[in-house]
Amino acid sequence: MLQELFVILICAGIIVSGLLAVTLRGVTAAMVSSGLASLFAAVSYVLLAAPDVAMAEAAIGAGLSTLVFLHAIRRTSAGRED
Amino acid sequence: MTRVWAAIVVFLFGAVFAGLAVGYSERTAPSELAMRYLEQVPADLGAANVVTGILITYRGFDTLGEVAVLFMVAASVGMLLSGGRGGSTSPAAVTARPARPPSELVVNGAQVVLPIAFLFGAYVIVNGHLSAGGGFQGGAVVASGVVLLVLGRPSVVLDHGFLSVTESLAGVLYVTLGILGLFFAGGFLDSHILPRGTFGAFVSAGAIPLISALLGIKVAAELSVIIDRFRN
Repeated sequence: MLQELFVILICAGIIVSGLLAVTLRGVTAAMVSSGLASLFAAVSYVLLAAPDVAMAEAAIGAGLSTLVFLHAIRRTSAGRED
Repeated sequence: MTRVWAAIVVFLFGAVFAGLAVGYSERTAPSELAMRYLEQVPADLGAANVVTGILITYRGFDTLGEVAVLFMVAASVGMLLSGGRGGSTSPAAVTARPARPPSELVVNGAQVVLPIAFLFGAYVIVNGHLSAGGGFQGGAVVASGVVLLVLGRPSVVLDHGFLSVTESLAGVLYVTLGILGLFFAGGFLDSHILPRGTFGAFVSAGAIPLISALLGIKVAAELSVIIDRFRN
């Protein structure tokens, strides 16, 4: 029961952070939010007993792509406004 | 009119997926195929991690295809983005402003996290046959470390020649191991060319750790080159 509640919370976290990534005005905040969605997804994969997939999701979705976005924001004018 | 069509399409999709949602019942036992793999991978290959055993031996050819796709991406990114390097007359070089220096937090954070990230990546790569992970995941972890390095120290220069040679060498060795499997074992990329060893030991599971290490080196080098190309 407690674990099911946890899974539901994690899934809600994916949806909320995904929506925030689309709706937030600040680019940096939106980028962090999309990384958070990947992190929640990785946690849900661990709960579903798929640690290999979770590791790839955490490394590529939450790590690599977030850092690449961070770099892009710093290099363009978007990072200078806020 | 468009809205009506959109509503019909949405309704059709809903009807398709409603069947999935209504008829869903959770499995209490793994399917027949999954059971077969769960029994066969530890017994036949000697790998404690079933997923890596499947990826590297039973589906080795598909993994080679994935790496080939990544290689083609790296090659095309290189072709597209290296054009601006020849002269300083390219528009990118003229309009590029000096980027903001990285914040104190990123610089110090990178110094603390980087060794751990690289070590963890190496651990994931070489322990692919025992614990969760393998070449692909470990390579991605190492590549995230490289991005952090580039973010924390913008002055750092990656040696593309060295990375390319390493990556090509790993690829050639990977295919060579696969061809050796044709002669000494059951087929292309069969991991039985090396003895199975004791189950759960670091040196065990035939050629799986070797192939996993080559995969990790190749993936990490390719991703690093792609990232560095975007930087310039």
